[in-house]
Amino acid sequence: MSDATLLRSAAEALAAPLPPLLAEAEHLATTVILGEHGRRRAGLGETFWQYRPAMSHDEARSIDWRRSARSDATFVQDKEWQIAQSVMLWVDRAAAMGFASSRDLPSKAARARTLALACAILLARGGERVGLMGAELPPRRGGAQLARMAELLAEDDSGDYGAPSAMGLLPHARAVFVSDFLGDIDAVESALLQAADRGVRGALLQVLDPQEEAFPFDGRTIFESMSGSLRHETLKAADLRTRYLDRLAQRKDRLAHLARTTGWQFSTHHTDTPPAAALLWLFTALERHA
Amino acid sequence: MNLLGPLGFAAPGLLLGLVALPILWLILRAVPPAPIRRRFPGVALLLGLSDEAQQADRTPWWLMLLRMLAVAALIVGFAGPVLNPQTPRTGTGPLLILADGTWADAPDWTARADRIAALLAEAGRAGRPVALAVSTDLAPVPLDFTDAAAAAQTVANLQPHPWLPDAASIADWAAAQKGDFDTFWLSDGLARDSRDSLLAALEAHGKVSVFQTPRPVLALRPARFADGKVTVAATRTPTGLPLETPVAAIGPDPAGVERQLATATLSFAAGSATADVALDLPTELRNRVTRFELPGLRSAAAISLTDDTLKRRRVALIGASGESEALQLLSPLFYLRQALAPSADLIDGTVSDVLQAKPDVIILADVPTLAKGEDAAMLDWVNKGGLLVRFAGPRTAAADLGQLTEDPLLPVRLRAGGRSIGGAMSWGEPKKLAPFPAASPFFGLKVPDDVTVSTQVMAQPDPTLAQRVIAQLADGTPLVTRKDQGNGQVVLFHVTANAQWSTLPLSGLFVQMLERLAISTRTTPPKAEDLAGTTWQPDKVLDAYGTLHDAADLPGVKGEVLAAAVPGPALPPGLYAGDKRRLAVNTIAEDTTLAPAEWPARIPVEGLQQAREVVLKGWVLGAALLLLLIDIIASLAIGGRLRGPRAHVAVVLLAGLLALPHPAQAQQNGAVPTEASDAFAIRATTSVVLAHVLTGDATVDDTAQAGLYGLSVTLANRSSVEPGLPIGINIETDELAFFPLLYWPITAGEAMPSRAAYAKLNRYLHSGGMILFDTRDGDIAGFGGATPEGRRLQAIAAGLDIPPLAPIPPDHVLTRTFYLLQDFPGRYDNPDVWAEAAPPDAAQAQGMPFRELNDGVTPVVIGGNDWAAAWAMGQNGQFLYPVGRGQAGDRQREIALRFGVNLVMNALTGNYKSDQVHVPALLERLGQ
Repeated sequence: MSDATLLRSAAEALAAPLPPLLAEAEHLATTVILGEHGRRRAGLGETFWQYRPAMSHDEARSIDWRRSARSDATFVQDKEWQIAQSVMLWVDRAAAMGFASSRDLPSKAARARTLALACAILLARGGERVGLMGAELPPRRGGAQLARMAELLAEDDSGDYGAPSAMGLLPHARAVFVSDFLGDIDAVESALLQAADRGVRGALLQVLDPQEEAFPFDGRTIFESMSGSLRHETLKAADLRTRYLDRLAQRKDRLAHLARTTGWQFSTHHTDTPPAAALLWLFTALERHA
Repeated sequence: MNLLGPLGFAAPGLLLGLVALPILWLILRAVPPAPIRRRFPGVALLLGLSDEAQQADRTPWWLMLLRMLAVAALIVGFAGPVLNPQTPRTGTGPLLILADGTWADAPDWTARADRIAALLAEAGRAGRPVALAVSTDLAPVPLDFTDAAAAAQTVANLQPHPWLPDAASIADWAAAQKGDFDTFWLSDGLARDSRDSLLAALEAHGKVSVFQTPRPVLALRPARFADGKVTVAATRTPTGLPLETPVAAIGPDPAGVERQLATATLSFAAGSATADVALDLPTELRNRVTRFELPGLRSAAAISLTDDTLKRRRVALIGASGESEALQLLSPLFYLRQALAPSADLIDGTVSDVLQAKPDVIILADVPTLAKGEDAAMLDWVNKGGLLVRFAGPRTAAADLGQLTEDPLLPVRLRAGGRSIGGAMSWGEPKKLAPFPAASPFFGLKVPDDVTVSTQVMAQPDPTLAQRVIAQLADGTPLVTRKDQGNGQVVLFHVTANAQWSTLPLSGLFVQMLERLAISTRTTPPKAEDLAGTTWQPDKVLDAYGTLHDAADLPGVKGEVLAAAVPGPALPPGLYAGDKRRLAVNTIAEDTTLAPAEWPARIPVEGLQQAREVVLKGWVLGAALLLLLIDIIASLAIGGRLRGPRAHVAVVLLAGLLALPHPAQAQQNGAVPTEASDAFAIRATTSVVLAHVLTGDATVDDTAQAGLYGLSVTLANRSSVEPGLPIGINIETDELAFFPLLYWPITAGEAMPSRAAYAKLNRYLHSGGMILFDTRDGDIAGFGGATPEGRRLQAIAAGLDIPPLAPIPPDHVLTRTFYLLQDFPGRYDNPDVWAEAAPPDAAQAQGMPFRELNDGVTPVVIGGNDWAAAWAMGQNGQFLYPVGRGQAGDRQREIALRFGVNLVMNALTGNYKSDQVHVPALLERLGQ
């Protein structure tokens, strides 16, 4: 799986300069799993929070004798309440993502996978649990999880366009959708709404090739989708440009609107711009209070 | 074969293919450009969008036009288009190519030579034996028909002549011809009488075709002097539109340099064959005019030489004083005045006055003695070339003049008294004149019977008397005697200038005699009897191109022939000198009219312009290819395939295609000044630039370059001459006129300059250029041919017009133009450095250690001291070659540099330093 190794190393390289990403955890009462996030309040955890006078309900074994011995009252050592956040990633692996307009540019899929894995590495470094959406890879922690994730990400889907499914999405988790969002927008919308219903917040990152933004075509052209299932013939491609760009703008508007209503973040990334900017955006989007 | 004017086709049938073009148009129009298949994920967004306009499925009209043109060009190209297709001339058997070869041919003789060469080539292909002839130079021998290739070798020998064919020589030539031959006759286009006889003679042998192009011909008639003005006339053919052409009077200026003295404009009215213009020139100027010419016309007819008829001599008349109360008709000067007034400027006054006026002739009528100072002045004037004419008279007879010793101002010693014959107190009849002896300048003049002499002064018998007598009486006593005195002459008429002693002044002979003595000049051309018995030496002759050549090697011409003034092989047009007089024979006579030649209808006349056959197939096919290339790029652009790097390639291709025709244009007009030559001229003239001749030997050239660089630096440091970077020049191609000084290192293997380069070098030397020849062998050889370089220099310099040379004398101006020098060392110190020799009569300047040597900068300095090596300096100011040893070497290099400075100063300022000899005299004059 040299493919996966490559992907992993590229992602590690990308993630290296950023500080550990600590996804904010909130509303985690129900999905409490001990993690390394201090909640700045007393609770279950491993690091010291405060000493408090022992109450009647405190078990005797919980009394901190070392502290109590310095005074007359007995003290109990409170630990800081620590939880871990679950972040679910969905990366579009459909054929449409394999497009690259020029030999110098990476394909959209490559860029999307790199970004997603970098994000996962950052999260894992911060102690978060990361997983892939669907039933493929439930959120877990640790390097093994990242290796497994890289392997899974390196696989391609057969479909022309991909769509996320809300299956396996933990309530109140965080989610990241990385895709070109050129396919069926309804599938994206339903997945997003389901996720929002479960209290999941997250980020939508649209990865586009510069050619898809510019539509620099002219003359008689037959446009085909990557797998050839869709085709459109035109005699004067230049005439279509404005209308295509209108439609693309509509698509982005729709996504932005969806994100706004569901409390998600939305951004567009082009493969000809540096990926670090997109990773930074992901970083801030996941940190933000939803 | 000719379809469209000068355009013909090798396979015109193919042109039918052009009919198919409209069909092709319809077919091509219906086929839209092929679509591109393009993978594009955004296609999902495109679904449902339809094209707004449907017309794009047809190829745009301009692309169609492009393709049509390309196809049409292909069809036309394969049809084999030929520009100016040649219809082959048919004919077999011997062929004579005859050129008129008159002065009218001269302006475009090269075109004629080309045409002859083309006809020869054609005849060569047809295997015809050919002979070449020029009608102005026909030898009465049978034509020598040879192979065309052999004849082509001699085309360059054919030259036009500045005269017209002569009927007699044509008849002789025609009589000598045998056998049948066809004739191609390259006519000069002018009508003349001899043409018909020559045509008849040629037609007797075979067919005649004429090549003739109508073109304007201008001819300048001899200038005439009348009413104080010089009238210059010209004639022309054809008489068409109005024409204005300048005419220039050329002659030496006071400094002796030939230049335009006056210009005027000849205006031909529409339909008029002649035009004239009157020039009002001061006598001084008019006497200097040597010729009139139509500038820019290379033809003998554009030159009209002037002779004595245009000149008016200054004649000073000095009579015996104190005779004012005598009758007018008895005045000794009356007849002289009558004889000379029409043709000479007369000066009156005392001897000292007239000498100031620098007369050509002084006539003393019965003035036996001159005042004490005056005779010396007079003698001086005669010695410098004046002509003193004295007439005898009672006073002369009475004054015991030169009886014992010869008076330098009298040709003979006179006997006291003289003699009277045929008078009341004497025996005998008045004497008649004897016929003039052959050695006399009057030889040939007819002696009229009514001229009698009754009184004369007698010459003492003397051994030299016989050779001094140029006219004598029937009894052998001298009537006119003459002797040379210095550069001038003294002539004595042994009779009076009035009719007292003889009837000579009353006769026409008197005027003719004055003319023969060059006292007066005539305003009309001389007649045969005027020139009878004289012999004239050609001085300058014209060639057909209107260039004057020295004619010292031509034989003399009899006066009778000269009087006829019909130029021919025996009498080339030019200037003829005889005994102080000059006569011009011009190509065009005063009554010459020009008319275009008319040919009988049976003679085919072709244009002379030989249009070259140009096969256009390659060009047309190339154009088709070009159009197709443009079509490729245009199609790509239309089909949307022209994006990214392809677009750049296409742009470069397109630019390349468009730039392609330009070099071809530049090649067509190769003679015009190119940017490169302009840049060269600008570089050479923005400052003083020293130049060296490129020898082809890289080491020598580098040394010369470094040497001149070092000299330039030295000049800039020490003098106000601040030269630019030196230039190496190729004498074959580069213009030399920009450089004051050429350094020419000689290598043993140097190539000889071409003829054109020699012409250029000679022009450079004549116009004041200076060449420093350096054989660079001063260490092993003295001056001379001992070394290979020396021998090479001799070979190269043989073609140069170099004056007599001498080793640089100690008082040469080169020794003091900037530094005072006596040696001219370079890297070697060989004293043999040569420059133009001083005139042998240079006199020692008063109070100066050197001679008065005024004009003429030496055009060459020749030596072998390898000066460039001594001067050579690197860019860092370091001298490149060692000179000598130690301090002596440094001194030698310093002197070498000083020599370079002196040399450049001499080239730039000429003999300025030499002229300083005159500073004391100038100061003295200023003081007054």
